[in-house]
Order: sequence, then structure tokens, then C-alpha cells
Amino acid sequence: MKSKIQSIALRYSVYLAAILTVSTLIVIVGYILIKGIPNLSLDLFSLKYTSDNVSLMPALVNTITLTFLTLAIAVPLGVFSAIYLVEYAKRGNRLVKVIRLTAETLSGIPSIVYGLFGYLVFVIALGWDYSLLAGALTLSIMILPVIMRTTEEALKSVPDTYREGSFGLGAGKLRTVFKIVLPSAVPGILAGVVLSIGRIVGETAALVYTAGTVTQIPDTLMGSGRTLSVHMYALWVEGLKTKESYATAVVLLVIVVGLNALSSYVAKKITKGKNNG
Amino acid sequence: MNKQKVKEKIMQIVFLLSACISILAVALICLFLFANGIPAMNKIGIFKFLTGEVWKPTSNIYGIFPMIIGSLYVTAGAILIGVPIGILTAVFLSHFCPKKLYKLLKPAIDLLAGIPSVVYGFFGLMVVVPLIRNTFGGSGTSMLAASIILGIMILPTIIGVSESAIKAVPSSYYEGSLALGASHERSVFFTVVPAAKSGITAGVILGIGRAIGETMAVVMVAGNQAIIPSGITKGLRTLTANIVLEMGYAADLHRQSLIATAVVLFVFILIINMIFSAIKRRANI
Repeated sequence: MKSKIQSIALRYSVYLAAILTVSTLIVIVGYILIKGIPNLSLDLFSLKYTSDNVSLMPALVNTITLTFLTLAIAVPLGVFSAIYLVEYAKRGNRLVKVIRLTAETLSGIPSIVYGLFGYLVFVIALGWDYSLLAGALTLSIMILPVIMRTTEEALKSVPDTYREGSFGLGAGKLRTVFKIVLPSAVPGILAGVVLSIGRIVGETAALVYTAGTVTQIPDTLMGSGRTLSVHMYALWVEGLKTKESYATAVVLLVIVVGLNALSSYVAKKITKGKNNG
Repeated sequence: MNKQKVKEKIMQIVFLLSACISILAVALICLFLFANGIPAMNKIGIFKFLTGEVWKPTSNIYGIFPMIIGSLYVTAGAILIGVPIGILTAVFLSHFCPKKLYKLLKPAIDLLAGIPSVVYGFFGLMVVVPLIRNTFGGSGTSMLAASIILGIMILPTIIGVSESAIKAVPSSYYEGSLALGASHERSVFFTVVPAAKSGITAGVILGIGRAIGETMAVVMVAGNQAIIPSGITKGLRTLTANIVLEMGYAADLHRQSLIATAVVLFVFILIINMIFSAIKRRANI
């Protein structure tokens, strides 16, 4: 009898936890949408930010620019690193161990430490001042381990027969990597890219003191500009502009939901590809 | 040597150099943080810096003890809230969840992980803080508010790692327990979950790392008073908040002392990472 009561108690505590987790998500998303959507107005999407019209459009444009810039730096580096680790490095290589260890360390460093580092190196030491480029370089280091890890996994899942077949037909190593292995690993790499975009869009602490908080779209990449997340933080610092914050939160949420949908779509593609192959 | 071979060799070097970027990045981060932070600590006095209870940059007094305590308090609070719910949810997902529901829940938890920390902070400010203000009085921006928000933020980490640890336990454990007459619940909780212990611990440690490093959400709801809080409804300031709040206008020793704050945070994170990878290696996940 006692064990029966215990079983029931365990069962309900598990249900309760799951309900709590899901309802937390529903409350957060629901609250932001319900409070935020009425605050979305066309004025908020005007290209110019003024003190009367706290437009979020410049921030949105800056977010997109920064995302592309960061990916342009981090994706080639991350993919090349993974190619080295999977295709070129010999097993038990000590350098590989060090690379893995440092990549793991990088993925654990808090974003504010990245922000401080970017500030000290790019803004102060190199004298770039607050700029999109400084922000992008800081974020590149931050997402590098994500790209490396996902690409590594994708490369590893390409069957060795592909490589052997390519070698057998007389292709060199480089050709095999670029023409045979890499194309088969593209969905996996894309999954990593989508994950990284999510981190870039949601990042604040690493950007406040690197890309800065200027409210306009900068003319060059050496100019300062705030992203959407930084915009939200800046609104809080400047004294809460509640309506605009709600609206920005909605836009951020929509982007995040879109990215999540995209990533599960890509994930589905990957499993499908595996079933066929 | 023909052209093809040269190209192969060059690209191989390019790959190798790219792979070394992460080593370079870690080295540079250490160099810049320590080169700026250590001299500040020496100037202030390491002991005075770490255990000083007064932080008053205007009078050149730099003691970060309240911030260290603040970070530890909110992290402990987050663990208290996030770990039980997270582990139980992971158990639900792995052993109690119908397949159809699972397909809905998994993306929901991924979404929880994807929400930007400013949005969490803003939600905390608009919902959790007023709730605390109306229930307990005071300003509402408090250790409790920060712990609740952080507890929610570390949920997906703990759920994800715990779930894969529980799923990695061989099904023979569960079946053996059932065959001995134990109920489904008792089999899961007394044979499967204990077998996944080290994996679950790894998840909790990862969660601790997340909580201690979180900045924006905490800054918005914790109140940020640089004093040791006298109760859970009182405000406090974390190490991360200390950096982000004052970096904008700090100069000279003040700025260096903020970098030294980051050094302390960095050392905390390195220790947590080391424990995490040690446990991960043992758990083989």
C-alpha cells in the first residue's frame, strides 16, 4: 500500500513539473504577445530614430547586418577548423586535444566576458571605437565553438565509403573534401548556422561595449549601431519606455520562433537524408 | 612539385591555422583579462579586493565581496528552483510522455532556450517584480526575482542534458526492475534515474555555469545594490552586473577593477568547466 502511494506521488510530481515548465513558456510568450502586439505601430518601423518616435527599424537593420558580418567571419573559420579536426588531424594528435579543450572553454565563457574582451582589444587596443565590426568579431569568437561542433558532427556522419569512392576514382584529398564530403554535410552545418543566428540575435552583454548603443544605422561597418536586443536593454537603461520595449520583445520573439521552426525543418531534412543514404 | 600538390599543401595549412584560432582566442582572452586585472588586484590588495565589503569607486574603495556573495546567492536560488523542475520534466519526457505530446514539448523547450535574455529580464521586470512587490512589499527588484528568472532560464539546459543521460541508461535496468515486481514509477526513479546520476550532475553543473554568467536578465530584476542582501526580497548585485553597469563610464583604476571582477568571474567559470568536463568524461556522454 505504501509503495502504491509512493508511485502515485512520483507520477504526479513528474506531471506537475512538466506542466510547470510548459505553462512558464506559455505565460512568457503569451504575455509578451498580448501586451506587445497592440503596441506595434507603423511608426516603430520608420527608418529614422527620433526622440519622439523610438523606432526599432534601425536596430532591426543593424541586427541583420551584424548577423551576416558575424557569420561571414565565423562560418569559414569554424568549418575549416572542423575539416582539419575530422579530415586531416591524425588520431591522438596532441594539438587536436588542445583545440578541443579550448573550444570547450570558449563555449563556457559568459557573454559579458566576451564583451569586455572585445572592448579591450577592438575598441581600446586597436582604436576602432564602438563599431559593428568590433561587435561582429567579438560575436564570431563566441559562436565559433558552436559552428565547429555542429560541423564536426556533420562531417563525422558522412560515411567513409564516400571518401574511399572519391579516392578510388583518383580525386585528391582537397577535392574529396570540397566536392564529396562537405556537400553531404551541408544540412548539419546549416543547423549550426541557424543555432548561431539565434545566439547573435539574442546577444546583448557582448555587444553593449563593442558595437555600442547608437540608435541609427551607421554608414560604414566602422560605425556604432545597436541591435534589437541591445535596443531593449538601452530602453531599460534610459528609463523604461514600456510600449516600445513590448513591441521590440514581440519582434525578437517572432524572429526566435521563426529560427526555431527553421532549425527543426533542417533537422528533419537531416534525418530524412540519413534514411535515404 | 606540381600545382595540384602545392594547392593541397596550402589548403592544409589554411585548415590548420583556422583550427588554431580557438587556441589563439582563449590565449588572448586570458592575456587581456589577466594583464589588466591582476595589476588592479595588486594595487588594491588581493585580499582587500576579494573580501572587502564596500564598493565605492568614487572614494577609491573596491571590495567585490558583496558581488561574489550576490552571484552565489542567485545561482543557488536558480538551482533550487530550476533543478527539481528540470530533472522531473526530463523524467517526464523520457518515461511518461506519449509520443505525440513529445513532438510538441520538445520544440517548446527549445524555444525556452532560444528566448533572448533581455526578453527574460523584461518579463521579470513587468511580471515577477510587481508580484514580489505586492506580496512582500519593498521594491520587488530582489534576489528572489533574479532567482526565479534564472531558474526558468537554466531549465532547458538541465532538461536537455538530463534527458539524454536518462535515455542513455540501458533499458535492461528498467525491465529488470519491472520483472522484480516494481511499478513503472518506482522502476524509473529507483533504477533508471540513479544510473543516470553523473549525467544529470553534469547538466546541473552546466546550469550553474549559465546562471553565474548570465548578465542582462539579472541586471534588470536584481536591484543592483552593491551590498550583501539581508533577505531574499532584498536587492543584490552580481559580478556580471557589476561589470555591465559601470563599464560605460569607468576609467583608470575603476575600469581595471571591473576587469579584475571579470577575472574572478572567469576563474569561477574555468573551475565549473573543469568539474563539468571531468564528470562528463566519467559519465561518457
